[in-house]
Amino acid sequence: MKEEIIKVNGVSICFNLSRERIFSIKEYFVKRVKKQIGFEKFWALNNIALTINKGEVFGIVGLNGAGKSTLLKVISGILKPTRGTVVIRGTIAPLIELGAGFDMDLTAYENIFLNGAILGHDKKTMTGKLKEIISFSELQDFIDVPLKNYSSGMIARLGFSIATCVEPDILIVDEILAVGDYKFQEKCHERMKNMMNNGVTIIFVSHSTEQVKQLCTRAAWIEKGHLKMVGDADIVCNEFHKNE
Amino acid sequence: MKLYLQNFLKYKHLLRELVLRDIKVKYRRSILGIFWSLLNPLMMMIVMTIVFSNLFKIQIENFMVYFLTGQILFSFFSEATTIAMGSIVTNANLIKKVYIPKYIFPISKVLSSFVNLLFSLIAVFMIMLITKASFSATIFLIPVAFLYLLIFTVGVGLMLSVLTVFFRDMNHIYGIVILAWMYLTPIIYPIEIIPIKYLLFIKLNPMYYFIAFFREIILHGNIPSMELNLICILISLISLVLGLYAFYKNQNKFMLYI
Repeated sequence: MKEEIIKVNGVSICFNLSRERIFSIKEYFVKRVKKQIGFEKFWALNNIALTINKGEVFGIVGLNGAGKSTLLKVISGILKPTRGTVVIRGTIAPLIELGAGFDMDLTAYENIFLNGAILGHDKKTMTGKLKEIISFSELQDFIDVPLKNYSSGMIARLGFSIATCVEPDILIVDEILAVGDYKFQEKCHERMKNMMNNGVTIIFVSHSTEQVKQLCTRAAWIEKGHLKMVGDADIVCNEFHKNE
Repeated sequence: MKLYLQNFLKYKHLLRELVLRDIKVKYRRSILGIFWSLLNPLMMMIVMTIVFSNLFKIQIENFMVYFLTGQILFSFFSEATTIAMGSIVTNANLIKKVYIPKYIFPISKVLSSFVNLLFSLIAVFMIMLITKASFSATIFLIPVAFLYLLIFTVGVGLMLSVLTVFFRDMNHIYGIVILAWMYLTPIIYPIEIIPIKYLLFIKLNPMYYFIAFFREIILHGNIPSMELNLICILISLISLVLGLYAFYKNQNKFMLYI
């Protein structure tokens, strides 16, 4: 029994690459009159169609600039597709650049609530999860310290703990976590494994085909905005390797 | 429409957290903290009273309260719109990485300035007590006055934030615009000193009506006329609708410019 959780219907994304960026009003009008505003159309994604089922661990492979991150942004709703639609059934937690929403002047404690709200959790949920977040990130002694005094590893630990404190329906992971030291990384992997076992759908983007093979059940290969191949993770990764 | 409302409700916690964050960060490490919201207009008033009260003594009965009522409203408007203007650009990092309804940012900035305004209201009451001005029951209409102004300011803030994404010059221009706007608003001077032929400039200024409304309540103890109410409602709704429309039409393009 397969239940579709993400359906990407013929999504295309077009960027207008203006040859020069125009940031001033005067420049804009002068250029407009002279008809010098030129755009080059760039299709970052071209007619991508995918379905991801509930509970799947889905990998996306491709070279740099192939459109992997753009696809993730479309799925998580940050970018609106130029054409096509994306249907999502469930909540999404993005693990893209942990701690993007932190305020460096606030303490870790205050940031937990701020970041939780950014991910769409209310205060009650966060109060309930507070203990767990603090103990998972191992920051008990520093909880009232402003984040600007934290090391980057500590910030990443806090970010991961918050992002994964409430189990989402879909977890998006861009480049496997290089969070903190190896001990903490193990903890992260374990938590993700738990999520997999609990039936959370995971979308996983990586350059490393090894990791994709190891973790994913199915995979997609994207090249220059086109979907080259979808299918069993091993087969897709092998094909991708051959062509590299 | 229902979908938008649902989405807004989902993120109302974020709105609250952002407003709280702004207030906390603004006064962190200052000794007097939030009291500055109260002290600032008071000190401004003292300076202005020393400089101007002799000039306009004849026309204005209670200069200190007259000035303060205009000043707190205008400085709320100018502070809120100025910060809201840049809010999309300064939060670019977040907008690019997590899905959040983008209008949250300008609105949260306006609201955190609004909290400041509420504190400055205490300053007005203090001066009213000191100058033995009479309190009339019309002060219970203050929420109405503030609501009109708040809606107007949210609209202007939304419009400016959109404009700034595409034209960064706005940051530089707006400082001058707001200065000119302030002098075109009867804050320090009474409207009577304006020659009839220039009166139109004042009458075209939305801020004039909000301040007139507020002074009517505080200084004169009158219930503002139906006409003034309608003007205020109309201006604030037009501003809000224009702001939301401009935002809605352009928000998908933001990603490419920030």
